[in-house]
Amino acid sequence: MKLLEHEAKALLRAAGLVTPVGELATTAEQAAEIASRLGPVAVKAQVRIGGRGKAGGIRLADDADAAGHAASGMLGQHLRGELVESVLVEQKLDIAHERYLAVAIDTSAGCPVVLYSAAGGVDIEDDVSLVQRAAAHPTRGLDPADADAVGAELGVAPHVVTSLVAAFNDLDAVLVEVNPLVITVDGAILAADGKIELDDSAGYRQGSIAEDEHADVTTQLEAAAAAIGLRLIELGGNVAILANGAGLTMTTMDAVAFAGGRPANFLEIGGDAYTKAVPALELVLRQEGVKSLLVNFCGAFARCDVMTAGVLEAWETLQPDLPIFFSVHGTGQDEARAMLRERLGIEPFERMEDAVAAAVAAAEVAS
Amino acid sequence: MIVRSGDKVVVHGLTGNQGSFWAERMRDYGTNVVAGVSPKKAGTEHAGLPVTATAVDAAALTGIDVSVLFVPAQAVKSSVDDAVNAGAKLIVILTEFVPVHDTMRYVARANEAGTQIIGPNTAGVVTPGEAFVGFMPAFDGRIFQPGTIGVVSLSGSLGTLACLELTRAGLGQSAFLGVGGDPVSGTSSARALQELVDDPATDGIVLIGEIGGTKEEDAAEIVATTNKPVVSFIAGAAAPEGRKMGHAGAIVAGNTGTHASKRSALTEAGAVVVDVPWSIPATLAEMLA
Repeated sequence: MKLLEHEAKALLRAAGLVTPVGELATTAEQAAEIASRLGPVAVKAQVRIGGRGKAGGIRLADDADAAGHAASGMLGQHLRGELVESVLVEQKLDIAHERYLAVAIDTSAGCPVVLYSAAGGVDIEDDVSLVQRAAAHPTRGLDPADADAVGAELGVAPHVVTSLVAAFNDLDAVLVEVNPLVITVDGAILAADGKIELDDSAGYRQGSIAEDEHADVTTQLEAAAAAIGLRLIELGGNVAILANGAGLTMTTMDAVAFAGGRPANFLEIGGDAYTKAVPALELVLRQEGVKSLLVNFCGAFARCDVMTAGVLEAWETLQPDLPIFFSVHGTGQDEARAMLRERLGIEPFERMEDAVAAAVAAAEVAS
Repeated sequence: MIVRSGDKVVVHGLTGNQGSFWAERMRDYGTNVVAGVSPKKAGTEHAGLPVTATAVDAAALTGIDVSVLFVPAQAVKSSVDDAVNAGAKLIVILTEFVPVHDTMRYVARANEAGTQIIGPNTAGVVTPGEAFVGFMPAFDGRIFQPGTIGVVSLSGSLGTLACLELTRAGLGQSAFLGVGGDPVSGTSSARALQELVDDPATDGIVLIGEIGGTKEEDAAEIVATTNKPVVSFIAGAAAPEGRKMGHAGAIVAGNTGTHASKRSALTEAGAVVVDVPWSIPATLAEMLA
């Protein structure tokens, strides 16, 4: 789960870091009012998409009028597809140096890793070779010598580094990034921007941190799917896909594309979702432009017969006018195939590639 | 991590639905399931097996080689600690949605103790004709047959498909090693590949990967060290950028974890990367000839 900047900064402050003086505004009037008290400010759109600055989501304002104007240009607008509902109005800093400091996960090594560079700011994204790394042990943390070295490189006290690592662990974060970590002309050290991403799997023990749960959805249908615990990604093609397991579902998309077709979606109903075939089918059929449906079950933990029964139930209820193609193997396949023969009068394809080819051909014909 | 029929397997969460169902299937297949761990039912018998409160107790009662975890995410870390204390050589973690910080901690601990962890978020391991641990349908002879092809896979469903294709082509499997789909895993694809490279009963290797992360790039380093044929399929060539698929792992960000980067790393190391899973058997057969 990605947090908004102001949410991340609240957590950074709780961890002992200092952030610029600033307040949240949801209207242009509020933004102006805040600026009237703070003097020259930066008006920053609160969004989770990256590259906000380059997309015009950060504007400097010398006075209240300018701040109000900047805010009204952002609030209620979409920045790279994301609606801007609030802006952070922050006192402008007298910047001497911008550093980069982050804690992330080194997945190969299985440990937290401190990423740092004396060359912070927007340009760091263009040249990762400037970023240095210091591994932290999962239980023993960062070696004091490494904390000293990182601090020395950035020109900050080591405890700034260790505080960030501690916050990373305590929050069950997968990313805590401060870019830029600013050293002002007066020598003050502030987290001028903050980005925190939390492990969704740890939600049960972290309580409510963000204002609202924000799933990675870009369409209404994807949001509807997320609301019932399903992961739908709309791709705009004409061969709708239903499969179990992310790996098999991605493979089915790959196979459709390789056969010259256009996959309409990613939607997998394995794991915990394998009893959700009914709502899953409803969702994929609501996509525009779908001309055929390819169902690919390779059951291990997920039972083919349960998933197929769900698909049939939905099919018989919705009665869509759409050609449907099945490939069914693994746990419960015999029962599943018998169901398909009895209730739909169809024989599932023995080879997945034949089901793919048939679904693609049918979509072409209907388009 | 290639399980044998003599390995003593302790089932954590034996008395739950999934634990019960799969413990029976494992045993029927030939896996030496010896006990179950379930604190609330300790001291009783379940499906003909003694139930203990901890793996340490089970080890004292029956001995232990392998722990398999059918427990909820919140209980995984403590179960792993228990299994390490009990002296298990291998711990198979099936659970999905385990907090990554827990995984980093218990994997570090297990590594220091010399215990191998497979998973989390894995469908398990299969040694066709001998034993299986987890919930892969090993008993389905249309999918799994003994042979000399070793399979490493991030995905249970896709791994099942790969073995189905191999069995159809008369290429049985020496072992199926499901490393699981989480970004941090106890056993990496590289480590599992090394196991197959070192296994005298394995002549050819299939590596099933996915976009996101660097598992396949890391595995390429192992591929470069062996003469055994390696064929790979990487799911996600057609996946949209920046969208997370599966709850974790499969996300491509910028240049890292792309299909292209994995394909080129593996190809340069000497593996053959195929576009669709059903090309695997013919490609492998050609390389073995």
